[in-house]
Amino acid sequence: MFSKEITDGKTTMNNKNKYIKGLRDGVPIGLGYLSVSFSFGMLAVNMGLPIWSVVLISMTNLTSAGQFAGIGIIAAGSPMLEMIFAQFIINLRYSLMSVTLSQKTDETMTLPHRLLSSFFITDEIFAVASGQPEDVGCKYMYALGTAPFLGWSLGTLLGAVAGNIMPDSLCSALGIALYAMFVAIVLPPARRSRPLIIVVAVSIALSCLLRYLPLPFKLSGGTVIIICAVAASALGAAVFPVKEDDGV
Amino acid sequence: MTVSTGRLLAYIAVMAGVTYLIRMLPITLIKRKINNRFIKSFLFYVPFAVLSAMIIPDILFSTASVWSAAAGLLVAVIMSLIVANLLPVAAAACGAVFIVELIMRIIK
Repeated sequence: MFSKEITDGKTTMNNKNKYIKGLRDGVPIGLGYLSVSFSFGMLAVNMGLPIWSVVLISMTNLTSAGQFAGIGIIAAGSPMLEMIFAQFIINLRYSLMSVTLSQKTDETMTLPHRLLSSFFITDEIFAVASGQPEDVGCKYMYALGTAPFLGWSLGTLLGAVAGNIMPDSLCSALGIALYAMFVAIVLPPARRSRPLIIVVAVSIALSCLLRYLPLPFKLSGGTVIIICAVAASALGAAVFPVKEDDGV
Repeated sequence: MTVSTGRLLAYIAVMAGVTYLIRMLPITLIKRKINNRFIKSFLFYVPFAVLSAMIIPDILFSTASVWSAAAGLLVAVIMSLIVANLLPVAAAACGAVFIVELIMRIIK
């Protein structure tokens, strides 16, 4: 998958090649994003958000789980503080990826380029960038982020527009797409790791308990996710700390 | 939805701002490796814990009927254990929901 054009242990790719390689590597991610963001756009419009705002969210956030929680918070009219906490907790994983990438950048990654290119850090873009045999430069990062950004924005627009004109039966069926994707992200790695299964089970159990127990106070969806994530992850980190060489 | 345009823009600005800072600050500021094992482990588990809490129980109310959603969830679980790819799993779950709701309409 990753073409190695290495001689004498040094990369010989010039900047133009790096850009083209980045564009190419980003296409499969972009196609995947196109369909996922379609269901995001549809869902958000069904929640009552105007089309322009849904597209703006995708263009400025470029993340699935965070946006997904975000539109729930907006639709419920929850406090701004809840939005801050929810986005912080849900997207905290990007900081780990950001740290990892900071150890893997070449000399072209100057401060302005770090400021700009870090916008493109998503699960999939990180996975491809960190899988490169050589250090990652700014040209490659911009190129890699291009197709995913276009796919994510365009898919959102199409979903937001089509969500209004599609038959209810199709809307209902597509409503589960994003959740099914989350299942496909969580289950395969969890199946191979007992600690992960336990963390997942604890988070699910807490999520159900907090929503269905007759509590004396009302917790919003965003708060429930924050509590579940922090509690289950802290438990996992305390009982099953990851080994030094894995976990990233 | 009763949110004004101004408040909607404020929500979006906060969302985008927080998400960007999380991505930007570490790669810009931190030059050394994180060695704290607890923090590393915590960050490793976070995405899985977040997604799990987002899936259950909300997935059951993501379609027109709890039953079609349950069928979709079941298919998503089975499919993701067979093919780890995101797209086939999502497509199969949608298909299951569509078929179950079709059958429910016919039976009624």
